[in-house]
Amino acid sequence: MHSPVILKRTPLYTAHLERGARMVAFGGWEMPVQYSGVFEEHSAVREQVGLFDISHMGEILVAGPNAETVLNELLGNDLGKIALGEGQYTLLCNQTGGIVDDLLAYRIEPSVFLLIVNAANIEKDFTWLNATASKPVVFDNLSDKLGALALQGPAAPRVLATAASLPRFGIARLSVCDKLCWVARTGYTGEDGFEIVCDAADASVLWSALLERGKPFGIKPCGLGARDTLRLEMCYPLHGNDITEKTTPLEAGLGAFVSFDKGDFCGRGALEQQKKEGAKRKLVAFKMTGKSPPPREHYTMMVANRKIGEVTSGTPSPTLGVGIGMGYVDAAVSQPGTNVEIEIRGKMFPAVIEKKPLLKRGQ
Amino acid sequence: MNIPKDLKYTKSHEWIRVEGNVAVVGVTDHAQHEMTDVVYVETPEIDSRIEAGKECAVVESVKAASDIYAPVSGDVVAVNEELSSAPELLNQDPYGKGWMFKVKMSDPGEVNDLLNANDYAHYIGA
Repeated sequence: MHSPVILKRTPLYTAHLERGARMVAFGGWEMPVQYSGVFEEHSAVREQVGLFDISHMGEILVAGPNAETVLNELLGNDLGKIALGEGQYTLLCNQTGGIVDDLLAYRIEPSVFLLIVNAANIEKDFTWLNATASKPVVFDNLSDKLGALALQGPAAPRVLATAASLPRFGIARLSVCDKLCWVARTGYTGEDGFEIVCDAADASVLWSALLERGKPFGIKPCGLGARDTLRLEMCYPLHGNDITEKTTPLEAGLGAFVSFDKGDFCGRGALEQQKKEGAKRKLVAFKMTGKSPPPREHYTMMVANRKIGEVTSGTPSPTLGVGIGMGYVDAAVSQPGTNVEIEIRGKMFPAVIEKKPLLKRGQ
Repeated sequence: MNIPKDLKYTKSHEWIRVEGNVAVVGVTDHAQHEMTDVVYVETPEIDSRIEAGKECAVVESVKAASDIYAPVSGDVVAVNEELSSAPELLNQDPYGKGWMFKVKMSDPGEVNDLLNANDYAHYIGA
C-alpha cells in the first residue's frame, strides 16, 4: 500500500532491522511488529522477560507552581493522590467526557509532572494542553529528544536489579547501564516490569545492553504484535480502538480513574450526568467458546440475531488458546456470562462476555 | 526460502502439485513466513467449484486474515482436515502436511499459466 505519509522512525530503527524485525506503520511511526514471532515473544514476556521499543510514545513535561492545579482541571484522575516519585493512570477528556487520550502522569519534582502519552496523539495532546490551561504553566514536548524502552516480564527485576525496589507506579532517576534514565515500574502487558525513558542518543546502547544482560533470563526483543496480544489479555484499552473521543471513561469501565471527589475538571459535567443516568453502552471483554477464526475489530456482535455492538479489538490469545476481544455493547446485555455471537465473514460464532481481565492470574 | 522445483506457483503465493487431473494446493514457504503464526485455516467445502484467480479459502494469522486464491479451476475433492486442529502445520510444513485442498481440474491447460520454481523465486526476489 502506498501512503503519502512519511513515517517517523525511533532511534532504534536500525537496531530493529539488524535483528530481523518486521516493520509496520503504527500511529505514524515505522515500528517493529515482531522479531521471532508474536507467540514466542508473548510467552517470553509472560514467562521470562521481553524488551520493547516504545520510543514512539510521547513525553510531555509540565512544570511550574500551577502545574498540579492546571493538570487536575484537565485530567480525570486526582494528581493529589500521588506523591513525589509516584505515578498514576489517567485520562484526558473533552467537554462531553470523550477520551482525548489515556496516559500515565508521574510527579518527578514537587511541581513537575512527566506525562507519557500515545504516539498518535502527541501533537493533539500538546496543543490541547496549551490551549486549555487556565493558568500559566510550562509545557515541554520532549518526545523527539527522548527514547523509551519497556522491560516486561517476571524476570524484569532481576535484569534491572537497580530498580527492583521501586514500588508499582513508582518512578526514579536511575543509572541504567551507565546512562541516566527515568525508570518507572509500570507497563502495558500485565506483567511486572519497567518503562525506561532515556535520551534518544542513549536508546540503542541501552537496547543492546539490556538484551545482553537479559540473556541468562531468556530475554527476547518484542514487537507491537506481542504488545497487542499481551495488553488485550489484560483488557487494557488501546486509544483509537477501544477508547476514543466518542467514548467516555464510564462506558469504557475506567470510572476508577475519574475522581469526582476533586474540584472541577474538563468533562466533569457530562460524566456526572452519565453516571447518574447510567452508561447506555459498555466496553466488554469476550472470548470465543468454540473453534472459530480470531475476532477482529469492526466485527458485529449479536444476541438473538440482533446487533448489540461491534468489536473494537480482537486477537487470538496465545495464553488462553482462544479468540478474545473487546467491544461496546448495549448496557442491558453487558453482564459477564452473557452468550453472544460474533459475525465473521457472514457466519456466526459463539462467544461469551467475561469479567475483565480475560487473563485471570493465580489460577 | 524453500521453493521446490516440482511445483507450480501463483503470484498470490499458492503452490500446486499436479497428480494426474488433480492438483494439490497450498501456500508457499514465502507466504507462510510473511503471514507468520497461522491460527486458523478456512478451507473450501468439498464438492464446491472454485475458479482460477478467485478467492476460495482464508488463512488467519495473529495479525490478519489473508485470502487464498484458486490457482486452477475445478471441483474440490479433498481438504486437509488436520489443519482445523493444527493450523500451525501450514507454518511448519507448507509443502507437505500443511497442504490445503485438492481440486479436480476442469481445464488442466490452466497449469501452463502458472509460474515455475525459477520464475517464482525471481518474482519474490529470493
